[in-house]
Amino acid sequence: MPYIPHTKEDVTAMLASIGANSIEDLFDEIPPDLKNGKLKEVPSGLNEMEISRLMSERAETDGHYLSFIGAGAYEHHIPAAVWQITTRGEFYSSYTPYQAEASQGTLQLLYEYQTMMASLTGMDVSNASMYDGASALAEAVLMAVRSHKSSRRVLMPSTIHPVYRKVVSTIVKNQNIEIIEIPYCTECGHILLESLAPFVGQDIAALVIPQPNFFGVLEQVDALTDWAHTNNALAIGVVNPLALAMLTPPGEWGSKGADIAVGEGQPLGIPLSSGGPYFGFMACKQKLVRQMPGRIIGRTTDLNGKPGFVLTLQAREQHIRRSKATSNICTNQGLMVTAATIYMALVGPEGLRRIAEKSHANTMILLEQLEAIKGVKRTFSGSMFYEAAITLPMPVENVLQKLKVQKILGGLDLKEYYPELGQTILVCATETKIPADLVKFTECLNHVLSE
Amino acid sequence: MLIFEHSRPGRYNYSQSPAAEKRTKNIPQNLLRKKPPILPEVSEMDAVRHYTRLSQKNFSIDTEFYPLGSCTMKYNPRVCNSLAMLPQFLSRHPLAPEDTGQGYLACMYELQEILKDVTGMKSVSLTPMAGAQGELIGVAMIRAYHESRGDHARTEIIIPDAAHGTNPATAVMCGYKVVEISTDKEGDVDMDALRAAVGPQTAGLMLTNPSTLGVFEKNIVEMSRLVHEAGGLLYYDGANLNAILGKVKPGDMGFDVIHMNLHKTFSTPHGGGGPGSAPVGVADRLLPFIPVPVVTMDKGIYRWVTEKEIPQSIGRFSAHMGNSGVLLRAYIYSRLLGAEGMHRVAEFATLNANYLMKELSKAGFEIAYPNRRASHEFIVTLKDLKEKTGVTAMDVAKRLIDKGFHAPTTYFPLLVPECLLIEPAETESKETLDSFVLSMKEILEEAYTDPEMLKTAPHTTSLQRLDDVKAARELDLTWKQ
Repeated sequence: MPYIPHTKEDVTAMLASIGANSIEDLFDEIPPDLKNGKLKEVPSGLNEMEISRLMSERAETDGHYLSFIGAGAYEHHIPAAVWQITTRGEFYSSYTPYQAEASQGTLQLLYEYQTMMASLTGMDVSNASMYDGASALAEAVLMAVRSHKSSRRVLMPSTIHPVYRKVVSTIVKNQNIEIIEIPYCTECGHILLESLAPFVGQDIAALVIPQPNFFGVLEQVDALTDWAHTNNALAIGVVNPLALAMLTPPGEWGSKGADIAVGEGQPLGIPLSSGGPYFGFMACKQKLVRQMPGRIIGRTTDLNGKPGFVLTLQAREQHIRRSKATSNICTNQGLMVTAATIYMALVGPEGLRRIAEKSHANTMILLEQLEAIKGVKRTFSGSMFYEAAITLPMPVENVLQKLKVQKILGGLDLKEYYPELGQTILVCATETKIPADLVKFTECLNHVLSE
Repeated sequence: MLIFEHSRPGRYNYSQSPAAEKRTKNIPQNLLRKKPPILPEVSEMDAVRHYTRLSQKNFSIDTEFYPLGSCTMKYNPRVCNSLAMLPQFLSRHPLAPEDTGQGYLACMYELQEILKDVTGMKSVSLTPMAGAQGELIGVAMIRAYHESRGDHARTEIIIPDAAHGTNPATAVMCGYKVVEISTDKEGDVDMDALRAAVGPQTAGLMLTNPSTLGVFEKNIVEMSRLVHEAGGLLYYDGANLNAILGKVKPGDMGFDVIHMNLHKTFSTPHGGGGPGSAPVGVADRLLPFIPVPVVTMDKGIYRWVTEKEIPQSIGRFSAHMGNSGVLLRAYIYSRLLGAEGMHRVAEFATLNANYLMKELSKAGFEIAYPNRRASHEFIVTLKDLKEKTGVTAMDVAKRLIDKGFHAPTTYFPLLVPECLLIEPAETESKETLDSFVLSMKEILEEAYTDPEMLKTAPHTTSLQRLDDVKAARELDLTWKQ
């Protein structure tokens, strides 16, 4: 029987010990009318050879494309050691480290992760991760509202990932929190301080600040952070962790630094994998640590005074506080964080910076090449990190379709999210692209546009 | 030793990242980082050794029996991992067009169909990324249902006192007041308490069945009737679905919405605390509110269904489509088992639990609900032992680690004093269960002869018992240079 080790003799002996005649007897407390569990739509079982064949065929139909799509999930090289170690059974098949003495591996790794993330974001503390970037932002909004004594209003620029904005509104809408959208400058592609003018002096819990924003454009984070603090609001940074190897971390924005930093951890060694599992990260200033949701690991000592690690500040959490917990969150994304920690250890500060700079350089080269095509122009004047919006001289859908035939995924059509942008695509070229890839994309696009 | 303590300035792995390329002239100076982050500077071999050694400090299913109650720590077949990590699956971008992901979408569609059958529900959304998020989504749908009917008087969610802490925490996140109801002495929900609690203010009832006390709620049909007659809906917390897989469908018990923990019942890895995955299934009444995206098929072509086609959908909860790689593993597992294998899961999980309960009882342990059948788990209470010897459930749990077993769940459910919640799962053999019983017997003897041995356990791990109080008082959450 698949994954069931019992022999006939075992079953007989076990039933005899229990004093039951059959396994079915063990279900005799279930009302007979309810026992209609027979599965009708589930096919019969496959063996390992058969399932391997099926899955390989399915994987093959998904084919290989040269992809220039970013928009929140990025193709980066993942060193071989990352997933070989992450999928060791001791990491892969353990659970939440409730029994600290039997989980020091996971606990120490998470403490190292917290240290790395706090440093990367310039914050004092980090939790042990959230589900993904979008839900991490929702939790940051809830956290800001909890910390702010009077206001339940949060300012949300429209340069935040559009799906993140949807997720935030879905998660917080039943808690009487008002999310106010701030428009962006259609010329420069980022938020202008003027757009915040109507809210000066009003009671606002937090201002959310992306860096880089969804268009890949860099925001004026110093001015925005100072604006938030001047107006007695918290500043929540939404950042790409890889970009932070190059860009000023949220903890150093403006004169006091942002209060909370969240984002999508996927660029740190997590495969694209059709959207998950990824992990969200959350870091904050020390004064907010007791408002932070999720698992937090602390260093302590054992009976002999030797240093070790435990889950701490559990009094915030649902399994202790129940209805008064900071969040209902229970698991984190442990295995993804394991991969990210090993990734950061392998590439180190120098490697991370080089990857960020190479990705930035590739996107800039691609942008220059594309702009040389007649009718193609950059959409925004603001400085960019490793993503760029470009406006095409014809409807985007058709162009992307034709590029796909050439095995190129030429970026994301922005029409669905930003109808006002019309014929615009968002393109991204990370460090994984070689000059020939950029040339191929440029030539194919040129060809499609001149047809 | 921490990875940072292996670090040496200037040590760098040339194979792991591209050649240096300074091209930051487009970026204003004030936006550029001044000081590099504190990340380790170690060789590849240092990193590999360090994290391999750390892994060896963990107990895991692959190395130890892990009878953690309510967590269903069953064997995670290796092939589920290797096939979910085929390069084409890993490299696919979530926003890539649907026609470049037909293989992946076919798996997701079929998984939805399998889970519909397993739960007896009308539709399934795969988007929730963990059990607690499945709960949040389920209760948000209940709220959307009442609001769509203009029924704004329903402000309460009823939850038994034995429930997981996520249940009340979730209800509050959805803007509800929690009404806790008690448990009777046989471990069932107290029906009088339920009758007193339901009314026009009831939005719904959240229930785990079999419950976290390890018993099947015998009155489930009556409970369902009471809540529905009062106009409320029934939420099924699928934490213990493993116990009834292929035996009873939650839909037949009258539940309107369910989440199922794939990291439990469908054997996806627990990963040191995630990623989980918790698809939600809905009955007729909640169909219009299901979260997006879901996968559909028209004439052999698979595609996403979004808000446009489900205008009343409660919306999106993740940036893309939940933990898709976990869903792939669950799909592979379900195809390996097939219908016949799934029927056996509940049978052997239940056989193992009842056998272990009986053997521990024979060994002198007090069973919390001795007159009941165990579902796939059961509770031992050490209240009496503590009174006689001073030895606590925590001491026994720690001593089990010395014997080479991960501890059961301790001090949950909160209503049974000094409890161990024990769930052996169907993948364990009789020999493993027998050796666990033997160790428990030894520990019971030690409790009388050498209690200090238990109070100071574990002794065989690299560290002895850790000071939780100090950790919370003298917060040390990051390493400092």
